[in-house]
Amino acid sequence: MTTVETATGSAKTMVLNMGPQHPSTHGVLRIMLELDGETVVKAVPDLGYLHTGIEKSCEDKTYSQAITLTDRMDYLSPLGNNLVYCLAVEKLLGLEIPKRAQYIRVMMVELQRISSHLVWLGTHAIDLGAMSVFLYCFREREEILKIFEMFAGQRMMTSYIRIGGVALEPPAGWRQAVDRVLKMMPSRIDEYETLLTENRIWMARTKGVGYISPEDAVALSMTGPTLRAAGLAYDNRKFFPYSSYDEFDFNVPTRTESDCFARYMVRVAEMRESLKIVRQAMDKIANEGAIKAEAPGIVPPQREKMKTEMEALIYHFKIFTEGFSPAPGEAFVTIESPRGELGCFVASDGSPKPLRVHFRAPSYINLQALPKLIVGQLLPDVIACIGTIDIVLGEVDR
Amino acid sequence: MTDSSSQSANVVVEHLRAWNSKAVGEVIQFRGETTIVVPRELLRATAARCREDAALQFNLLTDATCVDRYPVEPRFEMNYHLVSIPRSDKLRLRVRLSGSDPSVDSLIPVWPGANWLEREVFDLFGVRFNGHTDLRRILLPDDWEGHPLRRDYPVEGYRDVPSTGALFRKSTL
Repeated sequence: MTTVETATGSAKTMVLNMGPQHPSTHGVLRIMLELDGETVVKAVPDLGYLHTGIEKSCEDKTYSQAITLTDRMDYLSPLGNNLVYCLAVEKLLGLEIPKRAQYIRVMMVELQRISSHLVWLGTHAIDLGAMSVFLYCFREREEILKIFEMFAGQRMMTSYIRIGGVALEPPAGWRQAVDRVLKMMPSRIDEYETLLTENRIWMARTKGVGYISPEDAVALSMTGPTLRAAGLAYDNRKFFPYSSYDEFDFNVPTRTESDCFARYMVRVAEMRESLKIVRQAMDKIANEGAIKAEAPGIVPPQREKMKTEMEALIYHFKIFTEGFSPAPGEAFVTIESPRGELGCFVASDGSPKPLRVHFRAPSYINLQALPKLIVGQLLPDVIACIGTIDIVLGEVDR
Repeated sequence: MTDSSSQSANVVVEHLRAWNSKAVGEVIQFRGETTIVVPRELLRATAARCREDAALQFNLLTDATCVDRYPVEPRFEMNYHLVSIPRSDKLRLRVRLSGSDPSVDSLIPVWPGANWLEREVFDLFGVRFNGHTDLRRILLPDDWEGHPLRRDYPVEGYRDVPSTGALFRKSTL
Protein backbone atom coordinates (compact mmCIF):
# COMPACT_ATOMS: atom_id res chain seq x y z
CA MET A 1 0.00 0.00 0.00
CA THR A 2 1.03 3.54 -0.56
CA THR A 3 2.87 5.10 2.31
CA VAL A 4 2.75 8.81 2.85
CA GLU A 5 5.12 11.02 4.75
CA THR A 6 3.36 13.36 7.11
CA ALA A 7 3.85 17.06 6.56
CA THR A 8 4.91 17.99 10.04
CA GLY A 9 6.20 14.71 11.38
CA SER A 10 5.10 15.82 14.84
CA ALA A 11 3.23 13.72 17.36
CA LYS A 12 0.46 16.28 17.48
CA THR A 13 -1.05 15.22 14.20
CA MET A 14 -2.86 12.02 13.32
CA VAL A 15 -3.37 10.30 9.98
CA LEU A 16 -6.94 9.43 9.08
CA ASN A 17 -7.83 7.16 6.21
CA MET A 18 -10.98 8.36 4.48
CA GLY A 19 -12.48 5.90 2.03
CA PRO A 20 -12.35 3.97 -0.22
CA GLN A 21 -15.77 2.91 1.02
CA HIS A 22 -16.88 6.25 2.40
CA PRO A 23 -20.32 7.22 1.04
CA SER A 24 -19.46 10.86 0.52
CA THR A 25 -16.49 10.12 -1.72
CA HIS A 26 -19.07 9.38 -4.46
CA GLY A 27 -17.48 6.14 -5.51
CA VAL A 28 -14.29 4.46 -4.45
CA LEU A 29 -11.86 7.21 -3.65
CA ARG A 30 -9.41 7.02 -0.78
CA ILE A 31 -7.93 10.11 0.80
CA MET A 32 -5.20 9.97 3.39
CA LEU A 33 -5.69 12.95 5.64
CA GLU A 34 -3.25 14.27 8.17
CA LEU A 35 -5.16 16.09 10.85
CA ASP A 36 -4.18 18.53 13.55
CA GLY A 37 -7.22 18.33 15.78
CA GLU A 38 -9.94 18.75 13.21
CA THR A 39 -7.90 20.80 10.74
CA VAL A 40 -6.49 19.18 7.62
CA VAL A 41 -2.72 19.60 7.38
CA LYS A 42 -2.11 17.38 4.38
CA ALA A 43 -4.25 15.37 2.01
CA VAL A 44 -3.14 12.70 -0.44
CA PRO A 45 -5.79 11.18 -2.73
CA ASP A 46 -5.27 7.54 -3.69
CA LEU A 47 -7.20 6.35 -6.72
CA GLY A 48 -7.38 3.62 -9.27
CA TYR A 49 -9.87 1.35 -7.50
CA LEU A 50 -12.18 1.47 -10.53
CA HIS A 51 -9.47 1.32 -13.19
CA THR A 52 -10.79 -0.90 -15.97
CA GLY A 53 -8.33 -0.11 -18.74
CA ILE A 54 -10.90 1.40 -21.09
CA GLU A 55 -8.21 3.12 -23.14
CA LYS A 56 -6.39 -0.18 -23.64
CA SER A 57 -9.60 -2.01 -24.53
CA CYS A 58 -10.41 0.63 -27.17
CA GLU A 59 -7.20 -0.30 -29.00
CA ASP A 60 -8.51 -3.83 -29.46
CA LYS A 61 -11.88 -2.80 -30.89
CA THR A 62 -12.92 -1.26 -34.18
CA TYR A 63 -13.80 2.43 -34.13
CA SER A 64 -17.55 1.75 -33.91
CA GLN A 65 -17.28 -0.94 -31.24
CA ALA A 66 -15.40 1.36 -28.87
CA ILE A 67 -18.47 3.60 -28.44
CA THR A 68 -20.04 1.23 -25.94
CA LEU A 69 -16.94 1.45 -23.76
CA THR A 70 -17.19 5.23 -23.54
CA ASP A 71 -20.63 4.96 -21.91
CA ARG A 72 -19.04 3.36 -18.91
CA MET A 73 -16.54 6.09 -18.04
CA ASP A 74 -18.59 8.98 -16.78
CA TYR A 75 -21.75 7.02 -16.08
CA LEU A 76 -23.71 10.15 -15.24
CA SER A 77 -23.05 11.58 -18.68
CA PRO A 78 -22.76 8.69 -21.17
CA LEU A 79 -24.12 10.80 -24.03
CA GLY A 80 -21.36 13.35 -23.51
CA ASN A 81 -18.76 10.58 -23.66
CA ASN A 82 -20.34 9.15 -26.84
CA LEU A 83 -20.33 12.62 -28.34
CA VAL A 84 -16.71 13.46 -27.67
CA TYR A 85 -15.49 10.13 -28.97
CA CYS A 86 -17.63 10.34 -32.11
CA LEU A 87 -16.56 13.95 -32.73
CA ALA A 88 -12.91 12.91 -32.49
CA VAL A 89 -13.34 10.00 -34.91
CA GLU A 90 -15.40 12.18 -37.26
CA LYS A 91 -12.68 14.81 -37.20
CA LEU A 92 -10.14 12.13 -38.00
CA LEU A 93 -12.29 11.01 -40.93
CA GLY A 94 -13.16 14.56 -42.00
CA LEU A 95 -16.85 13.66 -41.84
CA GLU A 96 -19.63 16.27 -41.99
CA ILE A 97 -22.73 15.54 -39.91
CA PRO A 98 -26.26 16.57 -41.02
CA LYS A 99 -27.60 19.58 -39.13
CA ARG A 100 -30.61 17.67 -37.87
CA ALA A 101 -28.37 15.07 -36.22
CA GLN A 102 -26.26 17.84 -34.70
CA TYR A 103 -29.31 19.45 -33.10
CA ILE A 104 -30.51 16.10 -31.77
CA ARG A 105 -27.06 15.62 -30.25
CA VAL A 106 -27.15 19.04 -28.64
CA MET A 107 -30.59 18.42 -27.18
CA MET A 108 -29.61 15.04 -25.73
CA VAL A 109 -26.35 16.30 -24.29
CA GLU A 110 -28.03 19.27 -22.63
CA LEU A 111 -30.72 17.05 -21.12
CA GLN A 112 -27.86 14.91 -19.89
CA ARG A 113 -26.25 17.96 -18.31
CA ILE A 114 -29.42 18.69 -16.37
CA SER A 115 -29.75 15.09 -15.20
CA SER A 116 -26.10 14.97 -14.20
CA HIS A 117 -26.35 18.24 -12.27
CA LEU A 118 -29.46 16.85 -10.55
CA VAL A 119 -27.50 13.85 -9.30
CA TRP A 120 -24.71 16.17 -8.23
CA LEU A 121 -27.10 18.49 -6.38
CA GLY A 122 -28.93 15.63 -4.70
CA THR A 123 -25.83 13.82 -3.51
CA HIS A 124 -24.03 17.00 -2.51
CA ALA A 125 -27.05 18.06 -0.46
CA ILE A 126 -27.40 14.67 1.21
CA ASP A 127 -23.69 14.78 2.11
CA LEU A 128 -24.33 18.04 3.90
CA GLY A 129 -27.45 16.76 5.60
CA ALA A 130 -30.32 17.91 3.36
CA MET A 131 -32.12 14.64 2.76
CA SER A 132 -35.21 15.84 0.94
CA VAL A 133 -33.37 17.63 -1.87
CA PHE A 134 -31.88 14.29 -2.85
CA LEU A 135 -35.32 12.73 -3.24
CA TYR A 136 -36.66 15.66 -5.26
CA CYS A 137 -33.65 15.68 -7.59
CA PHE A 138 -33.93 11.99 -8.31
CA ARG A 139 -37.65 12.37 -8.96
CA GLU A 140 -36.92 14.86 -11.76
CA ARG A 141 -33.93 12.93 -13.06
CA GLU A 142 -36.23 9.98 -13.58
CA GLU A 143 -38.29 12.04 -16.03
CA ILE A 144 -35.18 12.87 -18.06
CA LEU A 145 -34.02 9.25 -18.04
CA LYS A 146 -37.42 8.29 -19.45
CA ILE A 147 -36.67 10.52 -22.44
CA PHE A 148 -33.35 8.75 -22.96
CA GLU A 149 -35.18 5.44 -22.79
CA MET A 150 -37.60 6.66 -25.47
CA PHE A 151 -34.77 7.71 -27.76
CA ALA A 152 -32.20 5.01 -27.22
CA GLY A 153 -33.98 2.14 -25.49
CA GLN A 154 -31.61 2.56 -22.56
CA ARG A 155 -31.74 4.79 -19.52
CA MET A 156 -28.05 5.07 -18.81
CA MET A 157 -25.68 3.24 -21.15
CA THR A 158 -27.31 4.80 -24.19
CA SER A 159 -24.65 4.53 -26.94
CA TYR A 160 -27.10 6.72 -28.81
CA ILE A 161 -24.60 8.99 -30.54
CA ARG A 162 -22.80 7.09 -33.28
CA ILE A 163 -20.04 7.88 -35.72
CA GLY A 164 -21.75 9.88 -38.46
CA GLY A 165 -24.89 10.85 -36.59
CA VAL A 166 -27.25 9.31 -34.06
CA ALA A 167 -28.45 5.74 -33.80
CA LEU A 168 -32.19 6.07 -34.27
CA GLU A 169 -34.87 8.40 -35.57
CA PRO A 170 -36.49 10.34 -32.67
CA PRO A 171 -39.45 8.25 -31.45
CA ALA A 172 -43.10 9.17 -31.82
CA GLY A 173 -44.25 11.58 -29.14
CA TRP A 174 -40.77 12.84 -28.24
CA ARG A 175 -41.75 16.51 -28.54
CA GLN A 176 -44.49 16.17 -25.92
CA ALA A 177 -42.15 14.28 -23.60
CA VAL A 178 -39.35 16.85 -23.84
CA ASP A 179 -41.84 19.69 -23.61
CA ARG A 180 -43.25 18.27 -20.40
CA VAL A 181 -39.80 18.22 -18.80
CA LEU A 182 -39.08 21.75 -20.02
CA LYS A 183 -42.33 23.02 -18.50
CA MET A 184 -41.78 21.17 -15.25
CA MET A 185 -38.13 21.97 -14.55
CA PRO A 186 -38.06 25.76 -13.93
CA SER A 187 -40.44 25.57 -10.98
CA ARG A 188 -38.64 22.49 -9.65
CA ILE A 189 -35.29 24.29 -9.77
CA ASP A 190 -36.94 27.16 -7.88
CA GLU A 191 -38.03 24.58 -5.33
CA TYR A 192 -34.45 23.35 -4.77
CA GLU A 193 -33.34 26.93 -4.42
CA THR A 194 -35.96 27.67 -1.76
CA LEU A 195 -34.68 24.68 0.15
CA LEU A 196 -30.99 25.53 -0.15
CA THR A 197 -29.91 28.95 -1.39
CA GLU A 198 -30.91 30.92 1.68
CA ASN A 199 -30.87 28.04 4.08
CA ARG A 200 -28.62 29.07 6.97
CA ILE A 201 -27.13 25.64 7.47
CA TRP A 202 -26.39 25.33 3.74
CA MET A 203 -24.73 28.74 3.70
CA ALA A 204 -22.68 27.96 6.77
CA ARG A 205 -21.47 24.70 5.24
CA THR A 206 -20.61 26.11 1.82
CA LYS A 207 -19.84 29.84 1.96
CA GLY A 208 -16.12 30.53 2.20
CA VAL A 209 -15.38 26.79 2.12
CA GLY A 210 -12.93 25.34 -0.39
CA TYR A 211 -11.56 28.54 -1.87
CA ILE A 212 -9.16 28.36 -4.79
CA SER A 213 -7.78 31.41 -6.54
CA PRO A 214 -8.44 31.73 -10.30
CA GLU A 215 -4.68 31.65 -10.97
CA ASP A 216 -4.29 28.37 -9.08
CA ALA A 217 -7.35 26.90 -10.73
CA VAL A 218 -5.97 27.53 -14.24
CA ALA A 219 -2.47 26.42 -13.27
CA LEU A 220 -3.91 23.14 -11.98
CA SER A 221 -5.81 22.69 -15.28
CA MET A 222 -9.22 22.90 -13.61
CA THR A 223 -12.16 23.39 -15.96
CA GLY A 224 -15.92 23.41 -15.87
CA PRO A 225 -18.18 24.90 -13.19
CA THR A 226 -15.29 24.95 -10.71
CA LEU A 227 -13.29 27.27 -12.94
CA ARG A 228 -16.33 29.37 -13.81
CA ALA A 229 -17.09 29.81 -10.12
CA ALA A 230 -13.62 31.37 -9.86
CA GLY A 231 -14.59 34.02 -12.39
CA LEU A 232 -13.25 32.63 -15.68
CA ALA A 233 -15.97 32.21 -18.29
CA TYR A 234 -14.14 29.35 -20.03
CA ASP A 235 -16.71 27.13 -21.70
CA ASN A 236 -15.91 24.96 -24.71
CA ARG A 237 -19.39 25.53 -26.12
CA LYS A 238 -18.47 29.21 -26.56
CA PHE A 239 -14.71 29.01 -27.08
CA PHE A 240 -14.46 26.08 -29.48
CA PRO A 241 -18.05 25.46 -30.63
CA TYR A 242 -18.89 21.93 -31.77
CA SER A 243 -22.15 20.42 -33.00
CA SER A 244 -23.45 23.88 -34.06
CA TYR A 245 -23.38 25.32 -30.54
CA ASP A 246 -22.54 28.67 -32.12
CA GLU A 247 -26.14 28.83 -33.38
CA PHE A 248 -27.59 28.69 -29.88
CA ASP A 249 -28.27 31.60 -27.62
CA PHE A 250 -27.25 30.99 -24.02
CA ASN A 251 -25.16 32.53 -21.26
CA VAL A 252 -22.20 31.13 -19.39
CA PRO A 253 -22.90 31.69 -15.70
CA THR A 254 -19.92 32.74 -13.60
CA ARG A 255 -19.29 33.77 -10.00
CA THR A 256 -16.23 35.24 -8.40
CA GLU A 257 -16.24 33.89 -4.83
CA SER A 258 -14.75 30.54 -5.91
CA ASP A 259 -16.11 28.69 -2.88
CA CYS A 260 -18.50 25.76 -2.58
CA PHE A 261 -21.49 28.10 -2.57
CA ALA A 262 -20.38 29.80 -5.80
CA ARG A 263 -20.00 26.41 -7.49
CA TYR A 264 -23.49 25.49 -6.35
CA MET A 265 -24.89 28.73 -7.77
CA VAL A 266 -23.06 28.24 -11.08
CA ARG A 267 -24.42 24.74 -11.54
CA VAL A 268 -27.98 25.74 -10.70
CA ALA A 269 -27.74 28.59 -13.21
CA GLU A 270 -26.30 26.16 -15.76
CA MET A 271 -29.36 23.95 -15.44
CA ARG A 272 -31.54 26.92 -16.36
CA GLU A 273 -29.32 27.75 -19.33
CA SER A 274 -29.46 24.13 -20.48
CA LEU A 275 -33.25 24.31 -20.47
CA LYS A 276 -32.98 27.27 -22.83
CA ILE A 277 -30.71 25.32 -25.15
CA VAL A 278 -32.98 22.27 -25.14
CA ARG A 279 -35.94 24.48 -26.06
CA GLN A 280 -34.02 26.04 -28.95
CA ALA A 281 -32.72 22.67 -30.13
CA MET A 282 -36.24 21.26 -30.08
CA ASP A 283 -37.42 24.09 -32.33
CA LYS A 284 -34.50 23.57 -34.69
CA ILE A 285 -34.99 19.82 -35.11
CA ALA A 286 -37.09 19.37 -38.23
CA ASN A 287 -39.65 16.58 -38.39
CA GLU A 288 -37.98 15.09 -41.43
CA GLY A 289 -34.36 14.83 -42.43
CA ALA A 290 -31.23 12.77 -42.26
CA ILE A 291 -29.94 11.62 -38.88
CA LYS A 292 -26.78 10.06 -40.31
CA ALA A 293 -24.11 11.31 -42.66
CA GLU A 294 -24.03 10.02 -46.21
CA ALA A 295 -20.79 8.05 -45.91
CA PRO A 296 -20.85 4.53 -47.36
CA GLY A 297 -18.33 2.29 -45.69
CA ILE A 298 -18.40 4.29 -42.45
CA VAL A 299 -22.06 4.75 -41.56
CA PRO A 300 -24.11 1.52 -41.74
CA PRO A 301 -26.75 1.62 -44.50
CA GLN A 302 -30.48 1.75 -43.80
CA ARG A 303 -32.09 -1.61 -43.35
CA GLU A 304 -34.37 -1.22 -46.39
CA LYS A 305 -31.42 -0.40 -48.63
CA MET A 306 -29.49 -3.33 -47.26
CA LYS A 307 -32.28 -5.68 -48.27
CA THR A 308 -32.65 -4.25 -51.79
CA GLU A 309 -29.23 -3.01 -52.91
CA MET A 310 -26.20 -5.20 -53.25
CA GLU A 311 -23.68 -2.42 -52.58
CA ALA A 312 -25.40 -1.48 -49.34
CA LEU A 313 -25.20 -5.11 -48.23
CA ILE A 314 -21.49 -5.23 -49.02
CA TYR A 315 -20.83 -2.05 -47.03
CA HIS A 316 -22.87 -3.39 -44.15
CA PHE A 317 -20.85 -6.58 -44.13
CA LYS A 318 -17.55 -4.71 -44.33
CA ILE A 319 -18.41 -2.26 -41.55
CA PHE A 320 -19.35 -4.99 -39.10
CA THR A 321 -16.56 -7.41 -39.92
CA GLU A 322 -13.53 -5.34 -40.77
CA GLY A 323 -14.53 -1.81 -39.79
CA PHE A 324 -13.21 1.28 -41.54
CA SER A 325 -9.71 2.72 -41.65
CA PRO A 326 -9.21 6.47 -41.19
CA ALA A 327 -6.12 8.09 -42.67
CA PRO A 328 -3.09 8.07 -40.35
CA GLY A 329 -3.09 11.09 -38.06
CA GLU A 330 -4.39 12.39 -34.77
CA ALA A 331 -7.43 14.34 -33.67
CA PHE A 332 -8.12 15.96 -30.33
CA VAL A 333 -11.59 17.25 -29.57
CA THR A 334 -12.84 18.86 -26.39
CA ILE A 335 -16.44 19.35 -25.32
CA GLU A 336 -18.02 20.86 -22.25
CA SER A 337 -19.23 17.92 -20.19
CA PRO A 338 -21.20 18.57 -16.97
CA ARG A 339 -17.91 18.24 -15.09
CA GLY A 340 -15.67 20.33 -17.29
CA GLU A 341 -13.59 19.98 -20.37
CA LEU A 342 -13.93 16.43 -21.64
CA GLY A 343 -11.38 15.69 -24.32
CA CYS A 344 -10.81 12.77 -26.61
CA PHE A 345 -7.55 12.13 -28.41
CA VAL A 346 -7.66 9.52 -31.16
CA ALA A 347 -4.60 8.46 -33.11
CA SER A 348 -4.88 6.33 -36.22
CA ASP A 349 -2.16 4.36 -37.97
CA GLY A 350 -4.38 3.64 -40.96
CA SER A 351 -5.72 0.31 -39.64
CA PRO A 352 -9.36 -0.42 -38.67
CA LYS A 353 -8.50 -0.28 -34.96
CA PRO A 354 -7.38 2.91 -33.23
CA LEU A 355 -3.69 3.15 -32.41
CA ARG A 356 -4.52 5.10 -29.29
CA VAL A 357 -7.64 6.48 -27.66
CA HIS A 358 -7.17 8.79 -24.73
CA PHE A 359 -9.77 10.62 -22.70
CA ARG A 360 -9.00 13.87 -20.97
CA ALA A 361 -11.21 13.19 -17.98
CA PRO A 362 -12.32 16.39 -16.24
CA SER A 363 -13.04 14.58 -12.96
CA TYR A 364 -9.52 13.21 -12.83
CA ILE A 365 -7.89 16.55 -13.44
CA ASN A 366 -10.21 18.55 -11.18
CA LEU A 367 -9.63 16.03 -8.40
CA GLN A 368 -5.95 16.93 -8.54
CA ALA A 369 -6.81 20.28 -6.98
CA LEU A 370 -8.59 18.70 -4.01
CA PRO A 371 -5.63 18.99 -1.59
CA LYS A 372 -5.41 22.68 -2.50
CA LEU A 373 -9.09 23.12 -1.59
CA ILE A 374 -9.06 21.28 1.71
CA VAL A 375 -5.72 21.97 3.38
CA GLY A 376 -6.38 24.30 6.28
CA GLN A 377 -10.08 23.46 6.35
CA LEU A 378 -11.98 21.41 8.89
CA LEU A 379 -12.68 17.72 8.43
CA PRO A 380 -16.41 18.19 7.63
CA ASP A 381 -15.43 20.66 4.90
CA VAL A 382 -13.55 17.87 3.14
CA ILE A 383 -16.92 16.30 2.38
CA ALA A 384 -18.30 19.58 1.08
CA CYS A 385 -15.23 20.02 -1.14
CA ILE A 386 -15.33 16.51 -2.62
CA GLY A 387 -18.99 17.05 -3.42
CA THR A 388 -18.44 20.44 -4.93
CA ILE A 389 -15.88 19.43 -7.55
CA ASP A 390 -18.37 16.81 -8.76
CA ILE A 391 -16.22 13.79 -9.46
CA VAL A 392 -17.38 10.55 -11.03
CA LEU A 393 -14.93 7.85 -10.10
CA GLY A 394 -15.71 5.80 -13.19
CA GLU A 395 -14.26 8.64 -15.19
CA VAL A 396 -11.39 9.38 -12.79
CA ASP A 397 -10.06 5.83 -13.02
CA ARG A 398 -11.29 4.86 -16.49
CA MET B 1 -10.12 23.69 -40.80
CA THR B 2 -10.88 27.37 -41.38
CA ASP B 3 -8.44 29.85 -42.84
CA SER B 4 -8.41 31.96 -39.71
CA SER B 5 -7.33 29.05 -37.51
CA SER B 6 -4.44 28.10 -39.78
CA GLN B 7 -3.43 31.77 -39.96
CA SER B 8 -3.34 32.07 -36.19
CA ALA B 9 -1.36 28.81 -36.09
CA ASN B 10 1.17 30.31 -38.48
CA VAL B 11 1.50 33.34 -36.25
CA VAL B 12 2.19 31.10 -33.26
CA VAL B 13 4.74 29.04 -35.17
CA GLU B 14 6.52 32.12 -36.52
CA HIS B 15 6.53 33.69 -33.08
CA LEU B 16 8.15 30.63 -31.53
CA ARG B 17 10.61 30.38 -34.39
CA ALA B 18 11.63 34.01 -33.92
CA TRP B 19 12.27 33.28 -30.24
CA ASN B 20 14.36 30.17 -30.81
CA SER B 21 14.65 28.62 -34.25
CA LYS B 22 15.76 25.30 -32.76
CA ALA B 23 12.55 24.94 -30.69
CA VAL B 24 10.36 24.41 -33.75
CA GLY B 25 11.46 21.15 -35.27
CA GLU B 26 8.63 20.09 -37.52
CA VAL B 27 5.17 21.62 -37.95
CA ILE B 28 2.31 19.26 -38.71
CA GLN B 29 -1.09 20.51 -39.87
CA PHE B 30 -3.82 17.89 -39.82
CA ARG B 31 -7.58 18.47 -39.73
CA GLY B 32 -7.13 22.03 -38.56
CA GLU B 33 -4.89 21.09 -35.64
CA THR B 34 -1.35 22.39 -35.35
CA THR B 35 1.37 20.21 -33.92
CA ILE B 36 4.84 21.52 -33.22
CA VAL B 37 7.49 18.87 -32.74
CA VAL B 38 9.93 20.14 -30.14
CA PRO B 39 13.40 18.69 -29.43
CA ARG B 40 13.39 16.85 -26.12
CA GLU B 41 15.92 19.09 -24.36
CA LEU B 42 13.99 22.26 -25.30
CA LEU B 43 10.54 21.10 -24.18
CA ARG B 44 10.41 22.85 -20.81
CA ALA B 45 11.80 26.12 -22.18
CA THR B 46 9.37 26.06 -25.11
CA ALA B 47 6.42 25.26 -22.84
CA ALA B 48 7.39 28.08 -20.49
CA ARG B 49 7.63 30.43 -23.45
CA CYS B 50 4.18 29.36 -24.68
CA ARG B 51 2.77 30.15 -21.28
CA GLU B 52 4.59 33.37 -20.47
CA ASP B 53 4.80 35.11 -23.85
CA ALA B 54 2.24 37.91 -24.04
CA ALA B 55 1.51 37.08 -27.67
CA LEU B 56 0.88 33.38 -26.99
CA GLN B 57 -0.65 33.11 -23.48
CA PHE B 58 -1.20 29.36 -23.48
CA ASN B 59 -2.22 29.41 -19.84
CA LEU B 60 -4.04 26.06 -19.62
CA LEU B 61 -2.35 22.70 -20.06
CA THR B 62 -5.45 20.75 -20.88
CA ASP B 63 -3.96 17.35 -21.54
CA ALA B 64 -0.72 15.43 -21.76
CA THR B 65 -0.70 11.97 -23.19
CA CYS B 66 1.52 9.47 -24.89
CA VAL B 67 1.30 7.38 -28.04
CA ASP B 68 3.36 4.23 -28.41
CA ARG B 69 4.32 3.54 -32.04
CA TYR B 70 6.10 0.27 -31.31
CA PRO B 71 7.98 -1.21 -33.20
CA VAL B 72 8.82 2.12 -34.91
CA GLU B 73 11.67 4.08 -33.32
CA PRO B 74 11.50 6.59 -31.66
CA ARG B 75 8.51 4.72 -30.33
CA PHE B 76 7.03 7.14 -27.78
CA GLU B 77 5.36 10.40 -28.65
CA MET B 78 4.39 12.76 -25.83
CA ASN B 79 1.55 15.09 -26.85
CA TYR B 80 0.87 18.21 -24.79
CA HIS B 81 -2.39 19.97 -25.56
CA LEU B 82 -2.31 23.64 -24.68
CA VAL B 83 -5.20 26.08 -24.59
CA SER B 84 -5.00 29.83 -24.48
CA ILE B 85 -8.11 31.06 -22.70
CA PRO B 86 -7.48 34.78 -23.44
CA ARG B 87 -6.91 34.14 -27.16
CA SER B 88 -9.19 31.05 -27.47
CA ASP B 89 -6.58 29.08 -29.34
CA LYS B 90 -5.19 25.56 -29.17
CA LEU B 91 -1.78 24.09 -29.81
CA ARG B 92 -0.16 20.69 -29.52
CA LEU B 93 3.48 20.28 -28.57
CA ARG B 94 5.03 16.95 -29.35
CA VAL B 95 8.21 15.31 -28.17
CA ARG B 96 9.51 12.04 -29.60
CA LEU B 97 11.21 9.66 -27.19
CA SER B 98 13.21 6.55 -27.91
CA GLY B 99 12.35 3.20 -26.37
CA SER B 100 15.80 2.87 -24.81
CA ASP B 101 15.55 6.13 -22.84
CA PRO B 102 11.94 7.24 -22.51
CA SER B 103 12.43 10.30 -20.34
CA VAL B 104 11.66 13.98 -20.69
CA ASP B 105 11.65 17.04 -18.45
CA SER B 106 8.59 17.37 -16.26
CA LEU B 107 6.34 20.36 -16.94
CA ILE B 108 5.30 20.80 -13.31
CA PRO B 109 7.42 23.99 -12.97
CA VAL B 110 5.44 25.47 -15.88
CA TRP B 111 1.95 24.12 -15.12
CA PRO B 112 1.46 22.47 -11.70
CA GLY B 113 -1.49 20.65 -13.28
CA ALA B 114 0.97 18.48 -15.23
CA ASN B 115 1.50 16.48 -12.05
CA TRP B 116 -1.21 13.83 -12.37
CA LEU B 117 -1.13 13.87 -16.17
CA GLU B 118 2.52 12.88 -16.08
CA ARG B 119 1.95 10.35 -13.31
CA GLU B 120 -0.68 8.69 -15.50
CA VAL B 121 1.71 8.49 -18.45
CA PHE B 122 4.46 7.16 -16.17
CA ASP B 123 2.08 4.55 -14.80
CA LEU B 124 0.68 3.33 -18.11
CA PHE B 125 3.62 3.88 -20.49
CA GLY B 126 6.69 3.91 -18.27
CA VAL B 127 7.87 7.30 -19.52
CA ARG B 128 9.94 9.03 -16.83
CA PHE B 129 9.67 12.74 -16.14
CA ASN B 130 12.85 14.42 -14.90
CA GLY B 131 12.26 16.75 -12.00
CA HIS B 132 8.79 15.38 -11.22
CA THR B 133 8.17 15.84 -7.50
CA ASP B 134 6.03 12.76 -6.92
CA LEU B 135 6.53 10.23 -9.71
CA ARG B 136 4.50 7.27 -8.41
CA ARG B 137 1.97 5.01 -10.07
CA ILE B 138 -1.49 6.52 -9.87
CA LEU B 139 -4.10 4.21 -11.39
CA LEU B 140 -2.44 0.83 -10.92
CA PRO B 141 -1.19 -0.72 -7.68
CA ASP B 142 2.40 0.10 -6.72
CA ASP B 143 3.55 -3.49 -7.27
CA TRP B 144 2.13 -3.82 -10.80
CA GLU B 145 4.53 -5.23 -13.37
CA GLY B 146 4.85 -3.56 -16.73
CA HIS B 147 3.11 -0.63 -18.34
CA PRO B 148 -0.23 -1.69 -19.84
CA LEU B 149 -0.69 0.95 -22.52
CA ARG B 150 2.52 -0.01 -24.29
CA ARG B 151 1.71 -1.68 -27.58
CA ASP B 152 3.79 -4.75 -26.70
CA TYR B 153 1.72 -5.36 -23.55
CA PRO B 154 -1.07 -7.85 -24.33
CA VAL B 155 -4.65 -6.67 -23.90
CA GLU B 156 -5.36 -9.50 -21.44
CA GLY B 157 -2.20 -8.70 -19.46
CA TYR B 158 0.78 -10.87 -18.62
CA ARG B 159 -0.46 -12.39 -15.42
CA ASP B 160 -3.00 -14.97 -14.33
CA VAL B 161 -6.01 -13.66 -12.52
CA PRO B 162 -4.91 -13.86 -8.88
CA SER B 163 -6.32 -16.45 -6.45
CA THR B 164 -8.59 -18.24 -8.87
CA GLY B 165 -6.49 -21.37 -9.25
CA ALA B 166 -6.93 -23.17 -12.54
CA LEU B 167 -10.29 -21.54 -13.23
CA PHE B 168 -8.96 -18.48 -15.01
CA ARG B 169 -5.42 -19.66 -15.74
CA LYS B 170 -4.16 -18.06 -18.94
CA SER B 171 -3.57 -20.47 -21.75
CA THR B 172 0.09 -21.12 -22.45
CA LEU B 173 -0.38 -21.26 -26.23
